[in-house]
Amino acid sequence: MIGMAGNRGLMGSYGVVVALMLVILFGWLRYDNFLSPFNVMSVLRYNSMFALVALGMCFVIMTEGIDLSVGANAAMSSVVAAHASHYGLVPGLAAGVGAGLVVGLLNGLIVTRLKIMPFIATLATMLAAGGMALLLSGNQSIPVSYATSFTWLGQGNLFGLPVPALIAAVAYVIGSVILNRTSAGRTVLAIGGNEEATRMMGLPVERTLMVTYIACGGLAGLAGVILAAQFGAGQPIEGKGWELFAIASVVVGGTLLTGGVGSVGATLAGVLLLGVLFTILNFENGKGWISLSAYWQSVIRGFFLLVVVLFQARLARKHAAQPAVSAT
Amino acid sequence: MTQPPLLRIDNLHKRFGGTVALDGAEIEVAPGEVHALVGQNGAGKSTLIKILTGFIPGDDGEITFEGAPFSVGSPQAAQAAGISTIYQEINLVPTLSVTENICLGREIRRRGLLDWRGMRAEAERLLAKFNMSIDVSRPLSDFSTATQQMIAIARAIGFSARLVIMDEPTSSLDEREAAVLFDVIRGLRDEGVSVIFVSHKLDELYEVCDRVTIMRDGRTIRACAMAEIGKLDLVSTMLGREISRSGGRTTAFAGDHDHDVGDTILSAEGLKDGAHVRDVHFSVRKGEIVGFAGLLGAGRTETAKLVFGAARPEGGEIRFDGAGFAPQTPADAINAGIGFCTEDRKVEGIVPDMSIAENMMLALMPKLARAGILDEKRQARIVEKFIASLGIKCAGPGQKIRELSGGNQQKVLLGRWLAMSPRLLILDEPTRGIDVGAKAEIQKLVNTLADDGLAVLMISSELEEVSEGADRVFVLREGLTVAELTNGEINEERILAAMAHGGGEPSVAEA
Amino acid sequence: MAAGSRPSQKPDRPIYAFLDRYATLIVLVLLILLNIAITPNFLSVQTLNVNLTQVCTIVIVAVGMTLVIATGGIDLSVGSLMAIAGALAPMIFMGKIFGIEHVGLAVGLAIILSVAVAGALGAFNGWLVATFHIQPIVATLVLFIAGRGIAQVMTNGNLQVFSVPEFQFIGLGRILGLPFQVIIMAVVVVWAAWMLRRTVFGRQILAIGGNEKAAELAGVPVGRVKIAVYAISGLLAGIAGLIVIAINSASDANLVGLGMELDAIAAVAVGGTLLSGGRASIWGTLLGALTIQIVRYTLLANGVPDAAAMVVKAAIIIAAVWIQRKARAS
Repeated sequence: MIGMAGNRGLMGSYGVVVALMLVILFGWLRYDNFLSPFNVMSVLRYNSMFALVALGMCFVIMTEGIDLSVGANAAMSSVVAAHASHYGLVPGLAAGVGAGLVVGLLNGLIVTRLKIMPFIATLATMLAAGGMALLLSGNQSIPVSYATSFTWLGQGNLFGLPVPALIAAVAYVIGSVILNRTSAGRTVLAIGGNEEATRMMGLPVERTLMVTYIACGGLAGLAGVILAAQFGAGQPIEGKGWELFAIASVVVGGTLLTGGVGSVGATLAGVLLLGVLFTILNFENGKGWISLSAYWQSVIRGFFLLVVVLFQARLARKHAAQPAVSAT
Repeated sequence: MTQPPLLRIDNLHKRFGGTVALDGAEIEVAPGEVHALVGQNGAGKSTLIKILTGFIPGDDGEITFEGAPFSVGSPQAAQAAGISTIYQEINLVPTLSVTENICLGREIRRRGLLDWRGMRAEAERLLAKFNMSIDVSRPLSDFSTATQQMIAIARAIGFSARLVIMDEPTSSLDEREAAVLFDVIRGLRDEGVSVIFVSHKLDELYEVCDRVTIMRDGRTIRACAMAEIGKLDLVSTMLGREISRSGGRTTAFAGDHDHDVGDTILSAEGLKDGAHVRDVHFSVRKGEIVGFAGLLGAGRTETAKLVFGAARPEGGEIRFDGAGFAPQTPADAINAGIGFCTEDRKVEGIVPDMSIAENMMLALMPKLARAGILDEKRQARIVEKFIASLGIKCAGPGQKIRELSGGNQQKVLLGRWLAMSPRLLILDEPTRGIDVGAKAEIQKLVNTLADDGLAVLMISSELEEVSEGADRVFVLREGLTVAELTNGEINEERILAAMAHGGGEPSVAEA
Repeated sequence: MAAGSRPSQKPDRPIYAFLDRYATLIVLVLLILLNIAITPNFLSVQTLNVNLTQVCTIVIVAVGMTLVIATGGIDLSVGSLMAIAGALAPMIFMGKIFGIEHVGLAVGLAIILSVAVAGALGAFNGWLVATFHIQPIVATLVLFIAGRGIAQVMTNGNLQVFSVPEFQFIGLGRILGLPFQVIIMAVVVVWAAWMLRRTVFGRQILAIGGNEKAAELAGVPVGRVKIAVYAISGLLAGIAGLIVIAINSASDANLVGLGMELDAIAAVAVGGTLLSGGRASIWGTLLGALTIQIVRYTLLANGVPDAAAMVVKAAIIIAAVWIQRKARAS
């Protein structure tokens, strides 16, 4: 697993990994083909977008911030990428990620310069990015170019694995190294733990926050590029609710919304857990025993979030009850 | 002066809008000197420190550090120049490990990545200077306040600080922990590091400081060696007036322990709650001031919270007014006629954005309401009455409480409980962080309340306050009631002995 | 804003304090003047009605949101609760759950039950926040995600179309020429503003938002007040949900209340309520919602697409909160 070293989260990150294992085991025992290469690949391919968004969200949340704009940002970036895909893979990729970075830059500026609460700042940029997505697309989905290799980013395989999943994997490895092995990563955690103290300790608070929001925006943009490439079109109204799905994944992964504590690896496990649950629902319907409409998906996700949150609340209380250790 | 000073501040001025914070302040600190900086609240100490640490610029004046003109624009720059500050509230990150708290900002890297092993060794090396051996990979929040303070100092040393400023470092330490801190300070002095030590506790100053600078109204009034100035002299210089002392008293309490006491109103037997309260018994009678003495962590505040319903005991019995009493919430205790002034005004007392009137009426307001609708006329009358009788200095009842001084905030909170006409008032450190004038007023007030028949349970870490103010003293030690002192037995020596050794009941106290 | 008089000293930056207090009102007046100048037929009863009816549901929900935010919380679930109430009511008055012959009785029951369910789910939010000390944003995220799903599962995602004038009166009816929903809105706003200033409950809400620990130690029943506040937010969301479906003569669980949490939060923020709690203005929220509505109307009436209006709305929110912060920083 990635990056458990140096993570002393309140919850540890093992709970979510164990839960993920159990859910996979359940699926493997109950359904034929559950672990078939096709199914595994499509789960990975589809969830890689969410994984990228959740990674950025994870870092933002560790600073005790939040980024509500990621979903709208991804939608807008997918439109931009679709427009640019006619010039080729690299221009499409660069334009999409660039669009995401701009939104991230805006978030960073509003949060660090205007000193507006991240929740409100990103709520506003969410509206703005959503509006831009519609304006840039004329309220329609924008087909990508199939003449260039742009769609490879979403549909292609490399070494027998889906390209988007590989992109996400690389992003998570980099994210984990940054968090655990660089001072920037530790500064992110320090800001979330106590921003004022971090400033007093002489660490670059504003710059780190700025970079965190920009990176989160860039990752959302990258997710938008994959969205466009995977479904063959820029989707101005896709991405609604992604931010909340990302927050849910991060929380399920044991990162506290109060900041200061977090794990990149557990966030990935959180994304996969929520994704696999959805797959299980599909398989269950396939078995014909019960017929749950797709609408159950969100009910189950919500319920799952509830269970995790209650569990965390109990652990947090236990932790708080522990007496402090004196060294003398 | 045999050697040039490490730090020299001359004629420093600072205004905030219309108010003058510093009006020609001066200080001179020699290398390897522990220098006390004292003054009442508002004397300009904090402003001086803030300028020195780069938080705010000075308007005018000269600062020389290590022989060169000194000017920094940020705490980081001050840190880099060799001035580190340890604040009252520890300014480290609780969720990060000890290692990170010590090393962040000057990380050890290998091939561009953090070298955790090297950083841990560095943290251990610095802590070993204070004879501390702890698991540095655990989060800071796992450790006691005293340990965290040492860690903060270790960080400062790690940044090769030449001057360490400590702003009331002992305010949340018990005496044992403070003693360890003083050893560390002496260790720093021996290594040639200078310390500016800000504290309101006189004994500490005499214990650890070499010289003192006394400030008043933004000016330096006097600077001399600690040995040259007596306590009384120090205090009266600080206040700028001769304080009247009747029979050697330092508080405004009568000190005669002669309140007309009535029946027992509150009693507790065998109280238990976790590690802090293990076996506590005490009682309070009408018209009596009962003092709770003990070191920090002795379980005094925790016991008070059990009585007030802010926590539930695991065992033991509380009787209030002759009947069993088991409040589930503070509201239950308030309804029974108990008021509780907490030790931490900011965190547990005031609602900063609310007005004086709203703060004062917070507990009483449901009782004055009809069908949940506020009776504002009656509220206003009561508020006016208490503002006058408590002598609260304010622009009016509508002023936001956060704009008041600590002493006036405390009076508003006292008013909150007095307005309830309580039968028992619990005061937790009623004069902490309050300037000397307001302190005396509050002490006088508490005395009058007891004269009028109110039962008062007073927790205080100031020995004089307990020994002169209380009619009866219970000494708590590590969660146990170890002594009960009445009238003639109450004096500082006996209280201290009980706090340190468990008093006259060795069978109860542990070795 | 419960205290009548401002302190005589400070603030250092009177401009921001002034703007903090009156900016929303000034912008609203300027917008109206601008519209009188440039938008054809702006000063007509019809324009007034269009704007009022569009803003009604936002205001009703935003009032609940104001109360929640005043305690230092937030309620993301309002849109989903609107959908649940909107899905439940037609099922009752169309007799899908139990057959009631009398149409008035059925409609009455539908209204009461569906609003009560929304209120109960709101109380559930409050229970999570108060009992388990879960951050409000996460606690209400649960129902934000699950709530719409529940509404969709209830209706199997199908559109429920109906024509029941007795019910639709709440969205389409008029009393003395005033749309009934506007009357509901006015009642809700006046009640909440009065409650916040003049009742024990209101004072306790502000005390909790201002300093929860202190409020608890002063005997404020923190848990109960929080549960009540979230329940009120749920109830108001339920009412808003019914108004929306009454206007549309149809209930679509996929759409009712979609994005409402953002509109409500935006109205509260623009209205000057402190988002960290402890200070709240119901009138401000009303002005905030009206301002956002008129900006949108101005742009639409002058041929600017709705999408562009979203960008403008974003800028207004940032400006409003920035002024608020500057005023407080003094």
